[in-house]
Amino acid sequence: MLLGLTAPDAGEVMLLGQPGTDPGARTRVGYLPELFRYQPWLTATEVLTLHVRLSGLEIPSSERQEQLALVGLAERAGDRVGGFSKGMQQRLGMAVALVARPELVVLDEPTSALDPLGRVDVRDIVLSLREQGVAVLLNSHLIGEVERVCDRVVILDRGRVAAEGSLAELLGRREVRLHVTDLPTGAEARMAQVGEVTRSGDWFTVLLPLDDIDTAIPDLVGDLVALGARLHAVEPARISLEEKLLGILREGAAR
Amino acid sequence: MIATVLTMAGLTLREAFRRRVLLAVIVLTVALLALSGWGFSRLAAESDAGALTSGEARLVAATLLNLVMFGFSLIAALGTAFLAGPTLSGETESGIALAVLARPVRRSAVLLGKWLGLAAFGSGFVVVAGLAQCVVVRLTVDYWPPHLATALTLLAAQTVVLLTLAVLLSTAISPMASGVVAVGLFGATWVAGVVGGVGEALGNEGVERIGTVSRMLLPTDGLWRGAMHGFQDPALLTQLDAGFEGHPFLSIAPLTAAYLGWTALWVAMVWGLAAAFFGRRDL
Repeated sequence: MLLGLTAPDAGEVMLLGQPGTDPGARTRVGYLPELFRYQPWLTATEVLTLHVRLSGLEIPSSERQEQLALVGLAERAGDRVGGFSKGMQQRLGMAVALVARPELVVLDEPTSALDPLGRVDVRDIVLSLREQGVAVLLNSHLIGEVERVCDRVVILDRGRVAAEGSLAELLGRREVRLHVTDLPTGAEARMAQVGEVTRSGDWFTVLLPLDDIDTAIPDLVGDLVALGARLHAVEPARISLEEKLLGILREGAAR
Repeated sequence: MIATVLTMAGLTLREAFRRRVLLAVIVLTVALLALSGWGFSRLAAESDAGALTSGEARLVAATLLNLVMFGFSLIAALGTAFLAGPTLSGETESGIALAVLARPVRRSAVLLGKWLGLAAFGSGFVVVAGLAQCVVVRLTVDYWPPHLATALTLLAAQTVVLLTLAVLLSTAISPMASGVVAVGLFGATWVAGVVGGVGEALGNEGVERIGTVSRMLLPTDGLWRGAMHGFQDPALLTQLDAGFEGHPFLSIAPLTAAYLGWTALWVAMVWGLAAAFFGRRDL
């Protein structure tokens, strides 16, 4: 919709400050579709040349070759795309998305066909784009991928925004797990002062407050020891994005 | 805009080369040229031996020439119609179009470029193959069509008409179906044209109208008849009696300017419809 590939039912699209209905708005946008296919009768270099031409920009051929090298296709630059594996086509798609010096790159499931090594390559590319100040819109079901590279996250549930914010905002709630024996009276009450407590056997999980996160744990531990509790383990824990996502989606389904 | 059109036209031509469509077409053409060359040389031999009168020989030569030209127009029609399907709806189905249309290009410019590339391919083929055929005829039976340029232009126009229809179909239905429907309609109009010609010969207005109406709905047959008229010897017609009026491979009259105007309008309308469909399509 952002790229004018599907028509919106309502509303207005602004792309890099220009109305989305104007094709010119897409000049500085790179796109790797989820369904990535490139003209099988062209070579990798020719595909890039075609996209450079369509973008209307002047990109020297050395820069195009650099993009191919960046995605690991330098040695296959002169080969027909028809002979490429899915993973190689996705790598080529990444080069196509990056070739016209974009300010915004839209990546739809960019690692779906890649092996673990390829995923690391894509992660490195995305991180280097971030350093260059290029905005990257990453759409992914691989939560670990999102958690590693994204500054801001939007969770969509059935087409509606279910949650959005920076990772810290979304995952701000930290927990601490404590293994305590010889529990003195008042220890549980002390833990409850910090946040919600869940107990399973000798293990207590305490939800930490958003603020004074630096002092909450040492203070709690000190107080528990002072009360006479025997502490075997103190493990900081963080709600992963996956848990957060599942929580939000389950909540949505229950409604 | 213009750069996009030219880039896409070039890309479409390159596709035709790389996908071996050109090679297949060349093989077919050479086969047809060789066969017709053999046929025409036999014809010349029969005529020299006195088995045919000069009038008969000329009639047979004109009919044969038109028949072979029909073969070429059929090859061009099949080639472009089956190329138009994959290049448009095939690309939207496979996802190739996603990356292309996400570029700063108008969809109509992409469509125009593809159409232009296909039109150049189809027309180029018809002109080159038609010329080669005329050279073969010249060498074998010493006959040169009177209005060759007009005839070849009309033949090319016929290809463009069918191709435009195939482009419209491929924006709406699957690639294979669009090729089949376009070629099917092409054949159906030709048959309707022959039926109409028979009606004309018999003086049956109802039957005659079938040909007229089909020629308006899809102008391929009308253009084809105009092209035939350009290929055949004008002296032939004055010698022929009324019995030849319904002949599928001889044409009585040249095309009117009004019909050519209608054809141009038809192509513009069908192309416009294709652009409207393609522009609204969700990918």
